[in-house]
Amino acid sequence: MMSTRALGLGSALRKAAFSPKIARSQVVRNIVAKRSIQTQSLPPSAAETILNKQRLLRPSSPHFTIYQPQLTWIASIANRITGVGLSVLLYGYALAYLVAPETFSSAVVVDFVAGLPDFVKYAGKTILAAPFAFHSWNGLRHLGWDMGKFVTIKGVYSTGYAVLGATAVSTVALVLL
Amino acid sequence: MQSLVTRSAASTWRSSSVRTFASSAARSQAVPTEKPVLQKEFKIYRWNPDEPAKKPTLQSYTIDLNQTGPMILDALIKIKNEIDPTLTFRRSCREGICGSCAMNINGQNTLACLCRIDRNPSKDTKIYPLPHMYIVKDLVPDLTNFYKQYKSIEPYLKNDNPPVGREFLQSQEDRKKLDGMYECILCACCSTSCPSYWWNQDEYLGPATLMAAYRWMADSRDSYTAQRKEKLQNEMSLYRCHTIFNCARTCPKGLNPAKAIAHIKMELAAD
Repeated sequence: MMSTRALGLGSALRKAAFSPKIARSQVVRNIVAKRSIQTQSLPPSAAETILNKQRLLRPSSPHFTIYQPQLTWIASIANRITGVGLSVLLYGYALAYLVAPETFSSAVVVDFVAGLPDFVKYAGKTILAAPFAFHSWNGLRHLGWDMGKFVTIKGVYSTGYAVLGATAVSTVALVLL
Repeated sequence: MQSLVTRSAASTWRSSSVRTFASSAARSQAVPTEKPVLQKEFKIYRWNPDEPAKKPTLQSYTIDLNQTGPMILDALIKIKNEIDPTLTFRRSCREGICGSCAMNINGQNTLACLCRIDRNPSKDTKIYPLPHMYIVKDLVPDLTNFYKQYKSIEPYLKNDNPPVGREFLQSQEDRKKLDGMYECILCACCSTSCPSYWWNQDEYLGPATLMAAYRWMADSRDSYTAQRKEKLQNEMSLYRCHTIFNCARTCPKGLNPAKAIAHIKMELAAD
């Protein structure tokens, strides 16, 4: 079937089915079909080699680019990203302080921030407060799960929305501090 | 009998006598109600192993929903029958018990036979194979590794001292522990929805296999619970689960693998 289609004979053969009796006979069709098929004799042991060769060429199906954005995995990846961000900040500042205690002392930092315009202050505070708030609240959610609480879809979604709400409120509170 | 025949003959005569000059025979017959055409576009992932150099593409098919059954699987079968016989997908039972037609429909893993077609004609429906799996052809993923992992947890009853001369007895409470786990049909929707499984499927067992593992741990008739736990006591097999809950969210049978995994973790922690 494949080979007749490849040669464009598919429709010709189908038409032959409606043409006079001689062309319709199985013998004629078989001859036409046989000529177009090229087969290669291989031992059964070659099957694995062929399969492995084909496996090397297989594509991997798309994943996070096509998966529906859901609170479940978006919250999880957000937890990971905020965690990494906050850790980098903490370790980065601590190491910087170790290297140059003069330039990163509290007094210098306070002076530096005080000299910034207001909108930069608020933007900077939001950028720090939002990940901190989210990561803290979501951490509590994870502790609940580890104790076997809220491990239903309903539990996951109600705690998820609660975390988002609490994050919004505490971010505003921290920014206005 | 005789009277029945007479009566029907009489009624035929009567109805034909009602016909006027204006009405033809054809007009007096019942006309089937014709539904309007409702064209809907389906975009389906295609990849052909015979042309491996060609990148996978989305191919578009438009069919009339009023000439199609209600489910995504009906649409796929219609496309294969009437438009493109080379479209390849797995299907068997068409009623959600075999797990063959698991695929990613509109961004969510589910069974094509249990997923209704969204009848909004202005929105297309996208169909991909299960995510992050090697593709055999079109919508057919290679599940070899998935089945190997399932085999590795020895999914059968193990007990060295079976009761002699009678069957295993189990209390109703013990039997109830298996509800919500034994119904799994191994369609692989949950495992392939799990980001952890996407990145670590060579070592992490994935939700389907872990729930099957817990199904045998929780079974009061099985005496190998300790050994089963021991096998999971490493960094990769179990603990790559980061309680994301994509598995429970996507399960077409409404099961909760995440809960089973949470219970395994608690039992391992108590050891």
